Amino acid sequence: MSVPQKAAVKSEPDVACKPKPLYANFSANASRSEIYDFYQEELKRRETNKNKEERPIIDEEDDEGDEETQCTAKGEDWYWQDSSEEEEAPASAEPSGLRNFTYKKHDISQLAHAVKMMERAVVQNIHGDITDDFLYFEDPADEFRGEKGTLLPLWKFQYDKAKGLSVTALCWSTEYNDLFAVGLGSYGYTHEDRVGMLLFYTRKMHTYPEFIFNTDSGVMCIDIHKQLSHLVAVGLNNGCVAVYSLLEKSKQPIYKSTASAGKHKGPVMQVKWQEDHLDSNHNFISVSADGRVGSWTLREHELVFTDIIKLPATDKVPDDLKDVIATAGTSLDVHKQYDCFFLVASQSGTIYKGSKFISSTFLEEYDAHFLMSVKCVRWNPFYSNVFVSCGLDWMVKIWDERIKSPVFTFDLRADVTDVAWAPYSSTVFAAITTDRKVHVFDLSVNKYEALCQQIVVSRKKRPVKIEFNPVHPIIIVGDDRGHVISLKLSPNLRKKPKDKKGHELPSGPEVEIAKMEQLLSLVR
Amino acid sequence: MAETVDGKKDEADYKRLHSFPLIRHTDMPEEMRVETMELCVTACEKFASNNESAAKMIKESMDKKFGNSWHVVIGEGFGFEITHEMKNLLYMFFGGSLAVCVWKCS
Repeated sequence: MSVPQKAAVKSEPDVACKPKPLYANFSANASRSEIYDFYQEELKRRETNKNKEERPIIDEEDDEGDEETQCTAKGEDWYWQDSSEEEEAPASAEPSGLRNFTYKKHDISQLAHAVKMMERAVVQNIHGDITDDFLYFEDPADEFRGEKGTLLPLWKFQYDKAKGLSVTALCWSTEYNDLFAVGLGSYGYTHEDRVGMLLFYTRKMHTYPEFIFNTDSGVMCIDIHKQLSHLVAVGLNNGCVAVYSLLEKSKQPIYKSTASAGKHKGPVMQVKWQEDHLDSNHNFISVSADGRVGSWTLREHELVFTDIIKLPATDKVPDDLKDVIATAGTSLDVHKQYDCFFLVASQSGTIYKGSKFISSTFLEEYDAHFLMSVKCVRWNPFYSNVFVSCGLDWMVKIWDERIKSPVFTFDLRADVTDVAWAPYSSTVFAAITTDRKVHVFDLSVNKYEALCQQIVVSRKKRPVKIEFNPVHPIIIVGDDRGHVISLKLSPNLRKKPKDKKGHELPSGPEVEIAKMEQLLSLVR
Repeated sequence: MAETVDGKKDEADYKRLHSFPLIRHTDMPEEMRVETMELCVTACEKFASNNESAAKMIKESMDKKFGNSWHVVIGEGFGFEITHEMKNLLYMFFGGSLAVCVWKCS
């Protein structure tokens, strides 16, 4: 029996098991001159890198190094204020003389864009079911519900710094149809007006606004320019108007009206952009609670104001005070076809049709809402002779501009605060009332009652503003606590007109106009 | 007289501008490089007047961290030709006039 013999192994820990390392030779000279030359090269390389915007390999370095080319965006990027979602390291990374080689980027602001994208992705993943609903959910129960439809709640948009403010204005951007603006202010008396905010949200990230602007007075109305989506006109509670540009990094408006340039004496209730003048200056018109309708032009460095017309005083006011006591204007809309015509609604219940070029008198007067304030007036997007108005007398009225009395009247049993036409159909509109409901009507389906009457906000809140998205079948409703919710319209509310054989007609403005024409002829 | 004053100012300037640690040549992996460079800077700052102590500190730390056996040369004027294990060489400048060469070869 041979016992296997253990070989006597001398254990040399270094040599035994490690793989044989490879060797290389290296030689150099270390002298003052060499060192100096190398440093100079390095500094030159850094200069050229700093100048190149596309490849910013910026080092956190002592200030002495590159004073004149210091990166200004270091650590401060205006998307990143107080974003609670990301844990992020402190915004200004410690400049440490140690971390100075050209291989790494240490400037936190380089990450800003990437982190923003990531935040969006994370939010969309968490709330993926809402996006799925938005894209694909079509309530199948609509088939069995007859004509009625429903609203499906989607995203809720809230901003904690907006506590105590009410939503006063909503506006979708036409170019980027996932972006909308929210104006926050207060509807109380002027002495209670503390601050205001202008927020921009995108439905792709509903947890935090994309852009935030603080104003010194409550925002009362917003309009985003149809073609140049970065220009936003804002009317404030103290009578000023301002124009913000979303391209600017600073949070200040690019134009602001001052007391000398014809500031309104009451809160500005509505602003609307108009077509550019012949000299291609942008301009917009505004109406305010002091009864004046004015036009503002954006010149080189200033806003130029021209009075268009003043709302006439009501009959109740004694003759000698007619100039002093003004009738407050509450809403304004510009004619869809002819830019120069506009409608102004007043607090005394009358709607006036005016022209930009005639400043002495109004073209037409409509006794709309029996001496109660008219809250909103809007032209029909397809059939340009028709407009809708809503008021505190609980009524929503549809008018044909050629006829003095309303074509359709609806009693909604509560103060109606806002009404809006749907962009996809000439006969669909939605109204919101102070009893927390949204009423959606489709005149081609049912001429007498709403297709949908749904409570959309919780108790203690009241909806204040409503807007339809220009492309998607969703609406946003702002309430008096500063929250905005979005709702999807069910298929019954989006019916397309059918021709005789029951096939759906191709949707286009002509079809919509024909639909409206048919309706109106029935009523006449 | 004015020239020497200016000269002194220039020297102070360039010394200031050039005092950040700058790697001249290395084939170390990322993490090792960062650690080694930080170690060298710490050592040179600690023993600013005594190159031998600085080198001693660096060599002993490198031996502990990365294994036997490391060699360190610190100086302001020298030429060298060395054989080193691949991926274990760092040659850097620091403080405007100091050159540090660290390599492993057992």
